Amino acid sequence: MNLSKKWVRDFVDLDCTDKEFADEMTLSGSKVEAFEKEGAALSNIVTGRIESLERHPDSDHMWVCMVNVGKAEPIQIVTGAQNLSVGDVVPVAMDDSVVHGGKHIVKGKLRGVESAGMLCSLGELGLTTHDFPYAIEDGIFVLGDDCDKTLGIDIREAIGLNDTVTEFEITSNRPDCLSIIGLAREAAATFQKPLKLHAPAVKGSGKDVRDFLSVDILNPDRCYRYCGAVVENVRVKPSPRWMRERLRACGVRPINNIVDITNYVMLEYGQPMHAFDLRFLKGSHVIVRTAKPGETITTLDGIERSLNESMLVIADEEKPVAVAGVMGGEYSGIMDDTDTIVFESACFNGPSTRVTAKKLGMRTESSSRFEKELDPASCMPAILRALELVEQLDAGDVISGIIDCDKSNRTPRTLPFRPDWVNEFIGINVGADEQKAILERLDFKVENGLIYIPSFRGDIEHQADISEEIARFYGYQNIPNRPLSGVANAKMTPAQKLERRISATLLASGLSEIATFSFISPKHYDRIRLAADSPKRNSVVIRNPLGEDTSVMRTTVLPSMLDVLSRNYNNRNETAKLFEISNEYIPNGEDKLPDENQMITMGMYGEGCDFFTIKGVTEELLYACGVNDYDVAAVMDDPTFHPGRTAEITVDGKRIALLGEVHPKVLENYEIGVKAYLAQVDFSLLLACGNTDRKYHQLPRFPASTRDLAFVCDADLPVLRLEKMIAQAVGKILENIALFDVYVGSQIPAGMKSVAFSIRMRAADRTLTDEEADAAMKRAIKALSAIGIELRS
Amino acid sequence: MKQQLEEIRARAAAALQSAGSLQELDAARVRFLGKKGELTAILKGMGKLTAEERPLIGQLANEIRADIEAHIQQNVELIKERMQEEKLKAETIDVTMPSQKHELGHKHPLSIVLDEVKDIFYGMGFSVASGPEIEWDYYNFEALNIPKEHPARDTQDTFYITENMLLRTQTSPCQIRVMEQQKPPIRVIAPGRVYRSDAVDATHSPIFHQIEGLVVDKGITMADLKGNLESFAKSLYGEDTRIRLRPHHFPFTEPSCEIDVSCFNCGGKGCPMCKGEGWIEILGGGMVHPKVLKNCGVDPDVYSGFAFGIGLERLVMFRFNIDDMRLLYENDVRFLNQF
Repeated sequence: MNLSKKWVRDFVDLDCTDKEFADEMTLSGSKVEAFEKEGAALSNIVTGRIESLERHPDSDHMWVCMVNVGKAEPIQIVTGAQNLSVGDVVPVAMDDSVVHGGKHIVKGKLRGVESAGMLCSLGELGLTTHDFPYAIEDGIFVLGDDCDKTLGIDIREAIGLNDTVTEFEITSNRPDCLSIIGLAREAAATFQKPLKLHAPAVKGSGKDVRDFLSVDILNPDRCYRYCGAVVENVRVKPSPRWMRERLRACGVRPINNIVDITNYVMLEYGQPMHAFDLRFLKGSHVIVRTAKPGETITTLDGIERSLNESMLVIADEEKPVAVAGVMGGEYSGIMDDTDTIVFESACFNGPSTRVTAKKLGMRTESSSRFEKELDPASCMPAILRALELVEQLDAGDVISGIIDCDKSNRTPRTLPFRPDWVNEFIGINVGADEQKAILERLDFKVENGLIYIPSFRGDIEHQADISEEIARFYGYQNIPNRPLSGVANAKMTPAQKLERRISATLLASGLSEIATFSFISPKHYDRIRLAADSPKRNSVVIRNPLGEDTSVMRTTVLPSMLDVLSRNYNNRNETAKLFEISNEYIPNGEDKLPDENQMITMGMYGEGCDFFTIKGVTEELLYACGVNDYDVAAVMDDPTFHPGRTAEITVDGKRIALLGEVHPKVLENYEIGVKAYLAQVDFSLLLACGNTDRKYHQLPRFPASTRDLAFVCDADLPVLRLEKMIAQAVGKILENIALFDVYVGSQIPAGMKSVAFSIRMRAADRTLTDEEADAAMKRAIKALSAIGIELRS
Repeated sequence: MKQQLEEIRARAAAALQSAGSLQELDAARVRFLGKKGELTAILKGMGKLTAEERPLIGQLANEIRADIEAHIQQNVELIKERMQEEKLKAETIDVTMPSQKHELGHKHPLSIVLDEVKDIFYGMGFSVASGPEIEWDYYNFEALNIPKEHPARDTQDTFYITENMLLRTQTSPCQIRVMEQQKPPIRVIAPGRVYRSDAVDATHSPIFHQIEGLVVDKGITMADLKGNLESFAKSLYGEDTRIRLRPHHFPFTEPSCEIDVSCFNCGGKGCPMCKGEGWIEILGGGMVHPKVLKNCGVDPDVYSGFAFGIGLERLVMFRFNIDDMRLLYENDVRFLNQF
């Protein structure tokens, strides 16, 4: 909402600076986004009168003018404009001046003739012919009689380009403040000045409006009130400068007197107005009703729209003539031969207007106001004001009387006046008298222990709303700051602790944390080569996405990580080692919220990265989270991964982690030109399986015995299987088993490998004897021999 | 004989003086004190002395032996010291050469600031709660006093999954979930992802993070809200920080406010960061609307509360002077490595 300072001063005397006004209004609850003095970018442009016009000696289209700018001597200016005559008063950009758009004007020569400045068009002042309808677009702006033609004065003063415009952010609960009067009321309360309201006075022609118009509301739940008035012998012409000026300051383009009056009243009272040609109203009968199936209307913007029963229309006896509260029909506009018009000042239900506008896909100034619920009580003063302006502007002859079809509930709403409640709720101590005074400044009435809520304050429903009125005018800055008292028992949940542990571990492992979008393109499922029937292709789908790229909630976090690896690779970053703790979203049908599974995703490429790097990082993470007992097995059938370089880690048969080298085709799909590695760990399993409780074990007091064993086995037998068998055979005295050599070559039969382990044994309570250690080795050899694996000879 | 002994003392002193290495010292020890050394040789002639001379000479000889031994010991220490110095000198390296690093990972700036915020609130007795990102319309809007067709829905362009299921546009539904599950007193924050259909640009992202806060107890007032959030601002930005509340409107709080902190760059004098205002808006809040309390089964005649919401991205961008929100979600390692 843009506020004109000239306009608001009709209603309240303000003697503060623009900055003070902005600051104080913001602190009392009307947030100022910005304020600007009109024409602030212009400088050194004055009024001047053309004293003479002569052809440029060296040009067939330029003129040399002598211009009186209020000084002793006229100045000489060369212009290319063809619309000037001697005696015209025009804007003169003097030497060292600035015109609209920031262009700097200095004196100079044009084809050899001195020019002391420039004559300006409307555009060079930042204006259009809407602001001065008598001016021409492509010539010099010749000031009309509505301007101050004193020579040599600042052009902004001369033409009224000197208002201050303050831009307010009005919240949706205060449609009353989308008006000059509403903001004036707030300003009056803020600066404790009286609000000077104006009672419109209409003379009328003596004819009776009931002979011209009748109104019926068929859906009183959706149209609370409809006021109609008639003006005949309409004289369409531009409205006067003061009105054009104020409309411009508020960001509305002046059109003609009738349209301008409707806009002017809407801005002043916050009440949308509509004017339409009585000729096209069959039976001179306004019927407010829902649309019938199959009905259509061509709206003012020339678009034909299909209507249905959910929409409210203004109709005559045959057809809809306007979409109620949204937009008029094409014939309702004011035309050159319009003679008699109807002014509509109505009040439509908010949700009804919102639904209608949304279904038709058009949101207008009018609909965006009605959908916030306007005050039916303002219909009447607004239409009276419009008629008063018609008479004032001589825009037509006003028929006496107004048709008022009022279905609204006029019972004043009240709340008990409870100053103590307010003080307790806010934590202040403001006396009842002061609270009463604050409320009365806002047009509330306080009588007999009741607060009478003004009709335009539909947002006030509860004591809490009253407390806000008190608090904001008492001043939020005057409310004390009280630190929270009392005891609270704050603790981190196991999951929150685990999350910090995971992050700390992965950071220490050299992985950096990333943050990615939770929605992706479904094309990613092809890029990671998910099978056509993979359940992971079943995503939570966004009905109204920004685009295909962000249209489904990911069922796997791998594409997000691959995207980031790809971006880094293509940004020529040599190495990237990354992780993210984030969600997968698995649909659960329409009646249940989706599962949001927290996953830890790791990804890396570049120097020092291979399968065993990512395996190491994953295992370190498991240890750090207290998962020590798990199985590792090859995974050969995951289409995203290299079939020979992928592993799963399971605990009690449940897959806690999947890791491996990315399949070359996936790398290609993501345009990653080097090998890359991925791992994902299931957070909830990590939480369930991990035990981070630690108990101290006594440091060893007796020496260890170490033995090395080498076996020959099938080349594709996983070493982990051997390791687990040896460990089982050695039993309790095993302290550590470490693989130290895998050999394939001439000394071993083809298809076989030699695998060597170093086995360290220790007893807690004594020194192990050689015999005990040797016996353990024999058990291990025997166990392996039983499945055909022999000691290397 | 006494004469000879004194001569040995003098010779030994000279020899030790010139001995530059442990080997030379050892040679000197053998020459003067060894079994075949000079002192031993002299003492072999003791038998020829008179009974009166013998103890005197003996005493002198022992004195000289002790003298030489002490002298040798002293020189050994000196030489060892010198040798070590030489060795250390030889081991000198160029300490300005590059080190061998085990590179640590870098925490994402969003996490850095979020953890800091959480720790501040833990310190003030808040727990951390969470709620689903894919939420029912009821929790995201209805229960928060934003019925269907309420114009406030326009300011939060919503991604819908079904008629009733959506991507939450705010962390405020966590207020409802917490109050449904927990009786007052309540003191929680609920950080998380929220979604609005804003196209990506330097200051907008369809996904961003909020931190919701909720306090419900008997006798909670707006003064508590101010005091609590001022403590938070001081913890985050320093003791000199001030806060300013401006009236605002949220459907689920009443009274509502937007909260500015004095600019942490200029201290409130006005600078480019605060656009000359001296204040930077970091959060919104207010007293929990009695209707919302009632919706959650909390009796508004007994309890009151305040709630607030903080935009994490905003805090992060101000903290690190990041001018483009897209950087946070692009995850270029050259960006990540700066934190």
